[in-house]
Amino acid sequence: MNDTQETPVPILEMRGITKRFPGVLANDHVDLELYPGEVLALLGENGAGKSTLMNILVGLYRPDEGEIYVRGRRVEIHSPRDAAALGIGMVHQNFMLVPTMTVAENIILGLRDLPFVPDLAQVSQRIREISERYNLHVDPDAYIWQLSVGEQQRVEILKLIYRGAEILILDEPTAVLTPQEARELNKVIHMMTAEGKSAIFITHKMEEVMEFSDWVRVLRQGKLVAVKRTAETSPQELARLMVGREVLFRLERKPREPGDVVLELQDVHADDDKGLPALRGVSFTIREGEILGIAGVAGNGQRELAEVITGLRKVKAGHIFINGEEVTNKPPREIITHGVSHIPADRIGMGAVGNLPVADNLAMKGYRHEPLSSKLGILNPRRIIDFARRLIQTYRIATPTPQTRIKFLSGGNIQKAILAREINACKGLLVAVYPSRGLDVGATEAVRKRLLEQRDAGKAVLLISEDLEELLSVADRIAVLFEGQVMGIVKSDEADIELLGLMMAGIKDPAMLRM
Amino acid sequence: MRIVFEKRQSISRKAQVLVPVVSLLLSLVLGAILLALSKANPWETYVAMAKGAFGSWRNFSETLVKAIPLMLTGLGISIAFRMQFWNIGAEGQLVWGGVAAAGVALFWADRIPAGLLLPASLLAGIIAGGLWAGIPATLKAWIGVDETLTTLMLNYVAILYAEHLYYGPWRDPHGYGFPGTAQLPPAAWLPRLGNTRAHLGLLFAIIAAALLWFIFKRTRWGFELTIIGENKTAARYLGIDIGRNIVLALLLSGALSGLAGACEVTGVSHRLQQGLAIGYGYTAIIVAWMAQLDPIAILFVSILMAALMVGGDQVQMMMGLPAAVGLVLQGLILFPLLAGSLFTEYKLKIIRGREKATTGGQV
Repeated sequence: MNDTQETPVPILEMRGITKRFPGVLANDHVDLELYPGEVLALLGENGAGKSTLMNILVGLYRPDEGEIYVRGRRVEIHSPRDAAALGIGMVHQNFMLVPTMTVAENIILGLRDLPFVPDLAQVSQRIREISERYNLHVDPDAYIWQLSVGEQQRVEILKLIYRGAEILILDEPTAVLTPQEARELNKVIHMMTAEGKSAIFITHKMEEVMEFSDWVRVLRQGKLVAVKRTAETSPQELARLMVGREVLFRLERKPREPGDVVLELQDVHADDDKGLPALRGVSFTIREGEILGIAGVAGNGQRELAEVITGLRKVKAGHIFINGEEVTNKPPREIITHGVSHIPADRIGMGAVGNLPVADNLAMKGYRHEPLSSKLGILNPRRIIDFARRLIQTYRIATPTPQTRIKFLSGGNIQKAILAREINACKGLLVAVYPSRGLDVGATEAVRKRLLEQRDAGKAVLLISEDLEELLSVADRIAVLFEGQVMGIVKSDEADIELLGLMMAGIKDPAMLRM
Repeated sequence: MRIVFEKRQSISRKAQVLVPVVSLLLSLVLGAILLALSKANPWETYVAMAKGAFGSWRNFSETLVKAIPLMLTGLGISIAFRMQFWNIGAEGQLVWGGVAAAGVALFWADRIPAGLLLPASLLAGIIAGGLWAGIPATLKAWIGVDETLTTLMLNYVAILYAEHLYYGPWRDPHGYGFPGTAQLPPAAWLPRLGNTRAHLGLLFAIIAAALLWFIFKRTRWGFELTIIGENKTAARYLGIDIGRNIVLALLLSGALSGLAGACEVTGVSHRLQQGLAIGYGYTAIIVAWMAQLDPIAILFVSILMAALMVGGDQVQMMMGLPAAVGLVLQGLILFPLLAGSLFTEYKLKIIRGREKATTGGQV
C-alpha cells in the first residue's frame, strides 16, 4: 500500500490472520490495516470470511495464526470485553438488545464499573448529549420494543460510543434500513470519522462501498484478493473481484400476458402484535404469470400482509380469495393445500429448524404426501435423502452433506434451501418476503432468477422487498404500502422512482383514482 | 496457560456418549466421599450394592422389577420432553393407572370374562394415565397454562385420591384394618418371568421403546412432533396444528405412565396399596435426561437407576447403612450430567502463551 508513508501509525493492523474450521479455511493469511478517521469497507460474498475475521477482532474466535496490533502494540483479544477495553466495538446484524428494557438500561447493561444502583437520570443525560452530537436521535427512556429497527441500530451505535469505542465494526448495517435511513447512517459515520474514530463496514453491496468508504478490501474464499482506494475503483470492478467473474446486473423479464386472478384481497384489515392496526383496507389482485411487488419502508404492514395471506395472522375485516375461493382466516395448513408457498422474512426463526438436517428441512413441505411418505403416514428416509440431494444440486445449496444440521450453513445457503423447498411445493401463489435480504450478489441473482422463472411458469408471485432496484427489475407491478394502506399501484416499466419515493412517504398516487 | 470454552461447529457425538458415562463415574466418586465421611468403606459399599443389584438372577430380577416402571414412565416423559412440554406429572399418571387397573380388576371381575380381565385392567390404566396427562395438555394448548405447575400439582391430587380410596371406600373389609384394597382376582395378575417378581411389563417397555423409536424416526407424526419441539414458530408456519399435537402426544405420554402403574398393581402388589407412589415418576425424569431422550437408551438407564435403588436396599440390610445411599447417588448423577451437557456444544481449549492484552474474562 503506497500511502503508508503519508499517514500516521495504523490504529489497527491484522497480519496473516488464519482461521480453520473443520473442512473450511475461513481466513487464509488475511491482512488488514485501518487508520484513524478512515472508513474501510470489507467486501465479500457470504462465506468469504468477513464475519470470521471480524469475530476474531472482537474476541469471539481465536485465530490459528496471525497477529493483531492496536495502536502499534501487539495484542491478544480473548473476549468482547478485551476488545471493548481496546476501544473496539461491533454492531451485529442481529441486535443484542433486551426488548423489555429501556434504551438507557440497555446501554449500561454489562458495564463493569457500575454502582449498585446506577443513576439512570445521569446516564440518560449523557446519552442525550451523545445523540445530540452525532445526530443519533433516540429517546433514552423509550423501551426497545417500541423502537423501529433503524432506531434500534442507533441504540447499538450509541452503546459503542458511550463505552468509548474508537473502532466501530458494522456488520451489514444497511440491510435493515430504508434508503433515507442509510443516508443518515452514512452521515453519522462520517461525523465520527471526522473526530478521528474509524469504522469497518462489512457489506456485499457495491453501491454502499462506493458511498460510505475510503478504502475497500475484498475477500474471496477466505483470501484477501484486493485492496483498493474507493475513489479509484468502480462497482463493476468490485463485483468482478468479489465474485471472481463478470456479473449481470440486469435480469431479462420477458413480456407476458397475465392470466386468471390467483390472489385477491378485498379491503383487508389486521392488527399487529401489539394490537394496533397494521393493515387498513388493503385491496389488490395478482394474476397468473405476474409478480406484484410491495414497496415501502419496513414496518408499514409488510410483515402483517404476508401473514394474513398465509393464514398466520387473523383478518379483522375484509376478504381474501385464492383462485376464487375464500380463504379468509383459514388455518395455515389449509392455505398451504391451496398451493400457497411462503418465503418468510425470518429465515432462522420461522423458515427453518436449525437443529434438524438440511434434508429434513427440505422435506418439511413434501413430507405429507407421496413419495416422501406413504398413505399410512410412514416416512421414507431414502426418498427424503434423494429428494434433498436433487434440490441441493438444482439450487446449488452449499452443504457438506444432506444430514448436516441446517444451522451450520451460511445465511445465503439457508435461504437457498427455504427457496428450494417453497418453490418446489408451490402450486399457485408464492409469497416472498425480503427474499434477497442479506444475500450476496451471486445468491441475490439466483433468487431473482428463480422468482422470474415462477412467473414465467404461470404462477402468481407476491414479492415484498425493501430494495427498489429489485422491485423495478423483477416485478410487473409495484404497490406501495404506507401505514397499512396501499398508496398506489404502478406498472414497473412506467414507474418513476421519484413518485414511488413520494408514495413511500405517504403521499397518495393521483393516478390511483384512475385504477 | 489458560483454559477457554469454544463453541463447537457441530454437536459432538463422542461427548454425547461420554458425558453420561463420566457423570456416573463422577457421582460414584462424590458418593465415595460422602460414604467415607459417614465412616463407611466406599469400595465395600459399592461392591455390596453391585452384588445386591446384579449378584444373582434373583437379585437381578428384583432390579428389573424396579426398572420396569422406570422404563415406562421414562419413555412417557421423553415424548413430552421432546416437545419441550415439561411433564413432571408422571407420578400422578402412574398412580391413576394403578387405581384404574385395580378398580376394573376388583369391581368388574364378574362382568368381564376372566380371559379379558387382565387386558381390560391394563387398558383402563393406560386410558386413565393418558387422560390425566391430557388435562394439563389441554389447558396448555387452549389457554397456555404453564404445564410444570399443573402436572406437578395434579400429582398430589392423584396420590391423595388413591390414598382416600384404599383407606376408605376401597379398603379390604377383611384386611385387619391394613390400608389397601383386597387382593385382585388371579385372572387379573400379570404373568411373571419364572418364579421371580419380574413381570411381563418388561416386554411392554421393550415394545414401547421400539414403537417410540419408530414414531420419531419414521413417521409423519413423529416428524411433526420433532418440529414442534425444536421450533414452534416454524411448526405454525408449516401448517402443523400445535395444540392438537401437544394433546395427542401427552395422551400417549400419560398412557405409558398409566401402563406403568397398571403393571405395578397387576404384576407386583396385586392390590392397590401404599407403596405405589414411591417416586418412579420423578426418577424417570433423571432417566429421560441421562438417556438424552433416546428410547433405547432409556431401557438401559432405567436398569442402572433401578440397580442403585436395589443396591441401596441391600447395603441397608447387609451393612446397616441407610438405603438412601442409592437415592443420594441417583441425585448426584444429575449434577455432573447437567454440567456436562456443556461439553456437547462447547469444547475446552487450552491456550499456552504469556502475552495478554487485558485481564478480560470469558464470555
